[in-house]
Amino acid sequence: MTRIRTKVSPGRIAAWTVLVIALFVTVFPFYWMVRTALTPAADLYTDSTGLVPDHPTMINFLRVLGLTSQEEAQAAGGSGAHVDFLRYLLNSVVYSGLIAALQTLFCAMAGYAFARLRFPGRDAVFGVLIAALMVPPIFTVLPNFVLVKNLGWLNTFTGMVAPSVLMTPFAVFFLRQFFLSIPRDVEEAAVLDGVGAWGIFWRVVMPMSRGPLITIGLTTTVWAWKDYLWPLLTGREEQTRVLTVALGIFQQQSPNTQPDWTGLMAGSALSVLPVLVLLIVLGRRLVESLNFTGMK
Amino acid sequence: MGADTAVAPPHESAGAPLGKAPAPGRQRRRRDDRRAAWLFLAPALVGFALFYAYPTVRGVYYSLTDYNLLSTPGFVGADNYRRLIGDEQFWNALKVTGYYVVLNIGSQTVLALLLATLMHRLTRSVALRAMLLVPWLVPNVTVGLVWMWLLDANLGLVNHVLNALGLGTTGFFTSPDWAMPTVAAVNTWAYTGYTALLLYAGMLQVPQYLYESAALDGAGEWRMFTRITLPLLRPVLALVLVVSLIGSFQIFDTIAVTTKGGPVSATRVIYFYIYEQAFNYFHMGYASAVAVVLAVILGVLTAVQIRLLRASRSDLA
Repeated sequence: MTRIRTKVSPGRIAAWTVLVIALFVTVFPFYWMVRTALTPAADLYTDSTGLVPDHPTMINFLRVLGLTSQEEAQAAGGSGAHVDFLRYLLNSVVYSGLIAALQTLFCAMAGYAFARLRFPGRDAVFGVLIAALMVPPIFTVLPNFVLVKNLGWLNTFTGMVAPSVLMTPFAVFFLRQFFLSIPRDVEEAAVLDGVGAWGIFWRVVMPMSRGPLITIGLTTTVWAWKDYLWPLLTGREEQTRVLTVALGIFQQQSPNTQPDWTGLMAGSALSVLPVLVLLIVLGRRLVESLNFTGMK
Repeated sequence: MGADTAVAPPHESAGAPLGKAPAPGRQRRRRDDRRAAWLFLAPALVGFALFYAYPTVRGVYYSLTDYNLLSTPGFVGADNYRRLIGDEQFWNALKVTGYYVVLNIGSQTVLALLLATLMHRLTRSVALRAMLLVPWLVPNVTVGLVWMWLLDANLGLVNHVLNALGLGTTGFFTSPDWAMPTVAAVNTWAYTGYTALLLYAGMLQVPQYLYESAALDGAGEWRMFTRITLPLLRPVLALVLVVSLIGSFQIFDTIAVTTKGGPVSATRVIYFYIYEQAFNYFHMGYASAVAVVLAVILGVLTAVQIRLLRASRSDLA
């Protein structure tokens, strides 16, 4: 105890103060988002400074979830256009879930082949793959959009996930790096038991690599969850509209000159909620993942 | 993860020889590798060919055509590039992007360094680190909307506070002078925590005893920071800097939601300009030419990044 006490200096207090202010600035906008979502639209002009709304209500959440009638939604400040954030939430989950699961699997397979299997041209193929890191997304977005359009895949999940579901150079690079560090002895035993490459990969290497696999899976989930431009181009229609795209469209459908702030904040809160759950469940893992990949 | 998406086939090389004769066994295994390797690589290679290699070639080709998305592309040679040289909007986009990158990277790096140092010297709390990560986890679209609301000229909380302090109100996103600094500040808010955590992770690599002996020698915090933390953090710091630099060149979402390039082109960054040319005006050929220029810029930066990546890996190994 005494040791800790001697450490309480003005400098330390100042440092803690700065840290607490930083935390406050980080978290407060989210509080204000929820606070606004709980405010009736009619109160926005009279009640926009208090920490708690004067007449808290769930109506904004209900109307953006499509759980109210059109008249009720309009009375609460909506534009009358059909919105169903429950659907968009589900689309977002499908979109990021598909990309994260499949990309992780396929990139692990490729990373394993590059790290462990011997075949002619291995280093050359790997080099070409990694060179794709140099090409910025916007550059491939234009022709990829044309390709997906020509394939008739616009407004389908197939078209939306196609460019990222099979591989990203970074994930292949990252997983290969990890597989290289697994001692060969582990596989030797399996080889002697007559297990083939697929068996070794699936039953020896994959279970040993849970950490890096979860890391790549998580960062890919977050990346896909935040994604906006590609789903905006390829999935605007109701049946494939993800949350980010829905928020953009909702913003433009405002009935008055002012945006429908209370509805927008309710929709925004919904886009934060699943990520927050992820953080609460996997907080330590996520924070550690970050130290691990560093560059995504 | 993904276990439901693939069914493991029966062992392909079930008849592999048991250890008795090592030399033939090795040869046998090498031959098996080849087939297995291409099977393992098949999905990634298809993905690479279809959505990375082919579009890259295609993109360069489009940049030499007058493609408008509707009719077939007609070859026009270097016309798009010639037009680009005389296009004020293009140069403005480059300038505005540069302005944003400097503002954003400057504020973000300084603040992140401060935050990381404070965490490093004060606490190991995972909860605190997790909280700092929240803005990074949230879609940029959400971040843009929340700040549009907080900074709204009429009803926004920030203007209410400024008003109460007697500082008057500002239309942050609607003023040509304020729009870009505001976008930069919003993205600094969104990414500083993330950057700070990367730097913090780098600081954990610095041996603790260096600080202890420096403290015994009577060194203050500032001296420790400039003489120990900063020099030893340099490889990590350089890497983080280049990665954020490449990232901030590609700012799009925040602009698309908040200012849409306005007011009067003050925030029409290069990424947004390409998007507008391609999908609002259907100048796919011209947009591709601008994208080629951006690709060259980012390619150079990425090459630097890959070099640093190798350098920092060997440093820590």
